[in-house]
Amino acid sequence: MSVLLIAEHNNQDLKPFTLNAVTAASQMGEDLHALIIGQNCGDATKKLSELPLVKKVIQVEAPHYENFVAENFAPVIVKLAENYSHIVCSANTFGKNLMPRIAASLDTSQVSDIIKVISQDTFLRPIYAGNAFATVKSKDSKKCITIRPTSFDPCEVSGGSAPIEKAEASEEFNHTKFIKREEIKSDRPELGTARVVVSGGRGMQSGDNFKLITSLADKLNAAIGASRAAVDAGYIGNDHQVGQTGKVVVPDLYIAVGISGAIQHLAGMKESKVIVAINKDGEAPIFSVADYGLEADLFDAVPQFLDELNKLNTIQK
Amino acid sequence: MKILVAVKRVIDYNVQIRVKEDNTGVVTDNVKMSTNPPDDNAIEEAVKIKEAGKATEIIAVSVGEEKAQETVRKALAVGADKGILIKTDGVLEPLAVSKLLQKIVEKEKPDLVFMGKQAIDDDCNQTGQMLSALLNWPQATFASKIEIKDKKLEVTREIDEGLETIEIGIPAIVTCDLRLNEPRYASLPNIMKAKKKPIEQINASDLGVDTSPRIEHIKVEEPPKRKAGIKVSSVAELVQKLKNEAKVI
Repeated sequence: MSVLLIAEHNNQDLKPFTLNAVTAASQMGEDLHALIIGQNCGDATKKLSELPLVKKVIQVEAPHYENFVAENFAPVIVKLAENYSHIVCSANTFGKNLMPRIAASLDTSQVSDIIKVISQDTFLRPIYAGNAFATVKSKDSKKCITIRPTSFDPCEVSGGSAPIEKAEASEEFNHTKFIKREEIKSDRPELGTARVVVSGGRGMQSGDNFKLITSLADKLNAAIGASRAAVDAGYIGNDHQVGQTGKVVVPDLYIAVGISGAIQHLAGMKESKVIVAINKDGEAPIFSVADYGLEADLFDAVPQFLDELNKLNTIQK
Repeated sequence: MKILVAVKRVIDYNVQIRVKEDNTGVVTDNVKMSTNPPDDNAIEEAVKIKEAGKATEIIAVSVGEEKAQETVRKALAVGADKGILIKTDGVLEPLAVSKLLQKIVEKEKPDLVFMGKQAIDDDCNQTGQMLSALLNWPQATFASKIEIKDKKLEVTREIDEGLETIEIGIPAIVTCDLRLNEPRYASLPNIMKAKKKPIEQINASDLGVDTSPRIEHIKVEEPPKRKAGIKVSSVAELVQKLKNEAKVI
């Protein structure tokens, strides 16, 4: 049987993590179909059909699909699921909200947030915020899987021409009404997908001192992160929190400034490709995961860091 | 209005997790256990709603072994009126937990069910959504703000792009984000009072639900260790290494 991927999109474009989910789904079976549910989502549908790994696109449109309400999405997916062995989507807030609703309706025990496809029924997933890895085998005949997008490469985006089939919409669920979405608009890259993240911890000593983090992040075109301690101390909003109870980030470069490295913070960043730690306590646990550790007072080191960066001819963006 | 709050007993978030030598799981013997952190937010929110005069009764429910009673007792100390412990041996999957909770909902008929958005042990993030699917109720996941408006709730949800606001009809399920509120500590007199509050014990096997596992845990391993890095002696050396060795700036 075939694999069904649920595309995440905004009706015009595919969300970037859909491409990672396509890669993961393609490893679960040869015949990959992609389902797009929305309203006036022709542009996103066309982009989906151009992904070479996708063999068929199923499009469902209705006004009540415009805002991606899970209660509206689940019935149509459950109906289509009949023909598929795997239902797959990203483990971001879209997929986390939606997939369990589908799984329970199908009486399937969902496998969440996988980081590797070992075989068609066996997967690797982090538990305890990445402090342990579990190899799990799903015994359900139909599998509902969410994938951790940063653990799979994005798929090719052009060259394919999958046929597009329309499917019938399900009825509207009347007890949930979308009101509004406030997207955080920022020139800065988003924390979850940024190439570089600069984070501050309790060592920053005040919210005002976070300006140092901001200037460093500006220079490196980085997202701004924070430890739970810094958030709890009120230095910065909790949408910046990296860690077990915040965001899990996997940037190319993670710079931890004044962060001691509590277990719960490490869980959110230790998969980063290159980790830099700046801390005046040489015994701080953050140094055990850092590729480059600098034992120094951050209030001296960060301004020097900026000076050194200013001396460089080019900085990668 | 009646609020049911589901709470889970998990390894405390400050404990360093150790994988068992035989790779069958993680070490839980002699390890500090606590309430799953966002479940504390769920209880707190229910208590605040009751204090505002908008709820009349709060029931705390947990699914787990005998010791999960402590978790229910803590919820009682914070302000829940009565507790229910659904006793099981070992760990159940979210699908089984949501089926058991469905039975409790059918019996207790709450108007709202609150719980944390995710448990910090299995990190599944499924139970609330599954329960709402089984009941065909509306769901508001990752809630960071809840306003009660007559027979409706207006809920602000934390999503990847920012914030989303939805309106859901009661009865409904809400899964709580850490940003929803600041959980209080139970005062000593309230801890004493909680000892007198009732906890009903029910055997999971008496609820007529198939809780057998559908997922086989083949092995649990330590994550790959990061290679130890180096210490640099100056900022200049750091920048030079990042530019020329790691090639990331």
